[in-house]
Amino acid sequence: MINSSLRKLSAALAARKISATELATLFLDRIEKLNPGLNAYITLDRAKTLAQAQAADASGKVGAQDTPLAGIPLAHKDIFCTKGWRTSCGSRMLENFVAPYDAHVVEKLAAAGMVTLGKLNMDEFAMGSSNESSYFGPVKNPWDTARVPGGSSGGSAAAIAARLAPVATGTDTGGSIRQPAALCGLTGLKPTYGVVSRYGMIAFASSLDQAGPMAKSAEDCALLLNAMAGFDPRDSTSLERPAEDYARDLEQPLAGLRIGLPKEFFGAGMDADVRAVVDAALAEYRRLGATTVEVSLPNSGLSVPAYYVIAPAEASSNLSRFDGVRYGYRAPEYGDLNDMYSKSRAQGFGAEVKRRILIGTYVLSHGYYDAYYLKAQKIRRLIAADFQRAFENCDVIMGPTSPSVAFAFGAKSADPVQMYLSDIYTISTNLAGLPGMSLPCGFGAHDMPVGLQIIGSWFGEAKMLQAAHQYQKVTDWHTRMPENLK
Amino acid sequence: MSQWEVVIGLETHAQLQTKSKIFSGSSIAFGAEPNLQANAVDIALPGVLPVLNREAVVCAIKFGLAIGASIAPRSVFARKNYFYPDLPKGYQISQFEIPVVQGGGLAIRVPQGDFLRGVGEQEKFVHLTRAHLEEDAGKSLHEDFHGRTGIDLNRAGTPLLEIVTEPDMRSSAEAVAYARALHALVQWIGICDGNMQEGSFRCDANVSVRPFGQKEFGTRREIKNLNSFRFMQQAIDYEVHWQINEIEEGRAIRQATVLFDPDTGETRAMRSKEDAHDYRYFPDPDLLPLEIDAAWIAEVKAGMPELPQAMQARFQADYGLSAYDAAIVTASRGMADYFVTAVAAAGTANAKTIANWIMGELAARLNRNDTSIEDSPIGATQLAGLVMRIADNTISNNIAKKVFEALWNGEGQSADEIIEKQGLKQITDTGAIDSIIAEVLAANPKSVEEYRAGKEKAFNALVGQAMKATKGKANPQQVNELLKKKLGG
Repeated sequence: MINSSLRKLSAALAARKISATELATLFLDRIEKLNPGLNAYITLDRAKTLAQAQAADASGKVGAQDTPLAGIPLAHKDIFCTKGWRTSCGSRMLENFVAPYDAHVVEKLAAAGMVTLGKLNMDEFAMGSSNESSYFGPVKNPWDTARVPGGSSGGSAAAIAARLAPVATGTDTGGSIRQPAALCGLTGLKPTYGVVSRYGMIAFASSLDQAGPMAKSAEDCALLLNAMAGFDPRDSTSLERPAEDYARDLEQPLAGLRIGLPKEFFGAGMDADVRAVVDAALAEYRRLGATTVEVSLPNSGLSVPAYYVIAPAEASSNLSRFDGVRYGYRAPEYGDLNDMYSKSRAQGFGAEVKRRILIGTYVLSHGYYDAYYLKAQKIRRLIAADFQRAFENCDVIMGPTSPSVAFAFGAKSADPVQMYLSDIYTISTNLAGLPGMSLPCGFGAHDMPVGLQIIGSWFGEAKMLQAAHQYQKVTDWHTRMPENLK
Repeated sequence: MSQWEVVIGLETHAQLQTKSKIFSGSSIAFGAEPNLQANAVDIALPGVLPVLNREAVVCAIKFGLAIGASIAPRSVFARKNYFYPDLPKGYQISQFEIPVVQGGGLAIRVPQGDFLRGVGEQEKFVHLTRAHLEEDAGKSLHEDFHGRTGIDLNRAGTPLLEIVTEPDMRSSAEAVAYARALHALVQWIGICDGNMQEGSFRCDANVSVRPFGQKEFGTRREIKNLNSFRFMQQAIDYEVHWQINEIEEGRAIRQATVLFDPDTGETRAMRSKEDAHDYRYFPDPDLLPLEIDAAWIAEVKAGMPELPQAMQARFQADYGLSAYDAAIVTASRGMADYFVTAVAAAGTANAKTIANWIMGELAARLNRNDTSIEDSPIGATQLAGLVMRIADNTISNNIAKKVFEALWNGEGQSADEIIEKQGLKQITDTGAIDSIIAEVLAANPKSVEEYRAGKEKAFNALVGQAMKATKGKANPQQVNELLKKKLGG
């Protein structure tokens, strides 16, 4: 049961082979046993979960045509506000914050009849690529607990990899779904900006943040995305488009698919073990009838610097509401108002968050705005134009998700720039607002999973999912799980 | 003093009359219990997002149309970042580089000399730089919290239009005249209730002085939150004297934000430029650029009321009002509505008389009682009824004043009712007047003698006696004629 796909779970529930309550209990018991060693979940509430499961059992949604996910449990990254649950965003600042409302995504998945298992650990305010910046301690990679699970959706990735949840929500601002998916051997998808509402998702960098599904397979991602996506009038950047079935093209063969390989993604910087595995995956695609063509994204080298201007700039402003006045952490002792602000924020935020607030404040400052923020926005438009040109010659773009397999704890935490470079292949899609995904395509050094990245054109989710699903039909990387957790 | 030229620019915050806040669905009604009109968005819970209220945009378009400005086809909301406990997000959503309303201006009439009687006015055109949409902050309450500060977020997110002028004004009188004209206009077009006590309309004045003839502006100081026209005049006058004095004493003016204290009549510095905030403006990524197409503007235009200038021209052409009279009866929407209603009831031929009554008796009475024309005890149709009785000679002008008084005091529903009840109808029967004159002549032989001896004054005394005898109801002209005849003149 713990390895089952969403379709299988749905069928089992519909056939009354198992109840939602039994299924939730199964996962809760496994979480109780295995989570202490992984630290993927940071908030659990068995009573709430079981109440939701019982409600699902009683609702008549299980087995119904329009609610195929009813009764299936999932877990939410702790960036999503969940009514009545602590919503910490991985920060001391919100250590005791219980959200009084549900995020749009949470609301939609609850309406679909899904059952919440708990809240998942993450890098503080989604700032990080290793989950080492969480106030609640790092998440461990189920494939090797001495290694990072990636970030910032590291809790989501570890939970699915260890089969502590069938699927989970994640968010991706610069690679935060795809990089941990790659490092933990999962499939994860960041949709086109605006496809999923950001309402109730605690903002890191508003123009880049996008929620998406994390799962074992592309098929599961498609089904979960079906339930997550949709227009929301509460988010002005949410797009009003007709509803889409993201699973509609899964079974279409790949013959004739044109895969663009950006030469900039295959140069120096990628570890040899990753390169070998990615090359093998591309060979598999050619066997499936796809053709590969070299494309160029000449400005992609500027994506990391542009990102580390824009994201911190937006974050510095987004995080201003955490001031100790209305909710969240307030320093126990302070002098005047300014002292209250500075002590509360100095104590409530961790080092990486403070670093980014400082960077963001600096680049928006009078006299620096044009040189940094405006320049970065120009680069952003150039990067989007690069992709537009590339997609004239291909249907999807492929390459590595991460330049290396999961690294050991502490390996990059002392050097922020090294850490930032682990998102070098994922960041440009966020800057361009494009959809991207990662799927497991083998194992590299230390027998750690390697991810293949697929980048689609705007609203090309169904095409990416088709490409991933067809690959997963002829490979079994996505079904592998860590030996010791079986 | 006379070698110094005063330069003033005004920034006005007009609270827009929308049903809900500019970026959330909360009500903006004034006076609710603290924090009861603050929802998740207003208190800036984690994860909430702003959604623009299109009603606020309609208000901005109306304003732009009313002042002949250009309405930006694409304007941008920006974040103004600073920390303050009544600013829940740590930034205010405003417009910075590209405001929705650009340019335009307002014709004002500046009183010269006797302010109250409005004589010797001068026309002036004040250019506007821009008007932009933004949200208001909450309120910090420093009283009743025993050394702590209370925060009320009911006002947070209330829609504001910030209206900025060029530094066009040259005296406090000009500044006040502009502020009054703007105050009337925003109410005229129905975008702001103009309630200054509740803070719906508040002004900041940028004031500097320079020697006459100098091209460059002097260093300015900004007087914040002027919430009455009287305070505005006092504050600017004080500030101008202070600045001139500083300069003449050899001290340079330093750019600063100052507050006016109505108790002392003085301005005092709040903060200097050195500790001014760097607001780190940048486009708000949560909101798309505001796009306004020609069709939207046309739709708003179709729903606009006739503007004061157009109405003035119409009144001059159709009713024969002077430019001055037309300007006065359109000084506010309430005044114009009153005038139009009264003319409709009394007929076009009486328009001029109605204007005179509004500007004269009614304005004086309203002024004395500190009452607005909207709350006038004498309604427009009641005044029309009164004017009609003057026109058809039922009553004289003098008696009309009596009737007006009676109407004001609620002694009757209409002029007709009061005339009837109090027997004020003018006596025009020659026989009746003749017999009264006979009585007066008999009772005042001394005056008759004096008149015959050539004292013109005595004649007036006799007229007075006759009028007194009829309690003012006799037609004065008839009395004159008949008396002259009787005295053999």
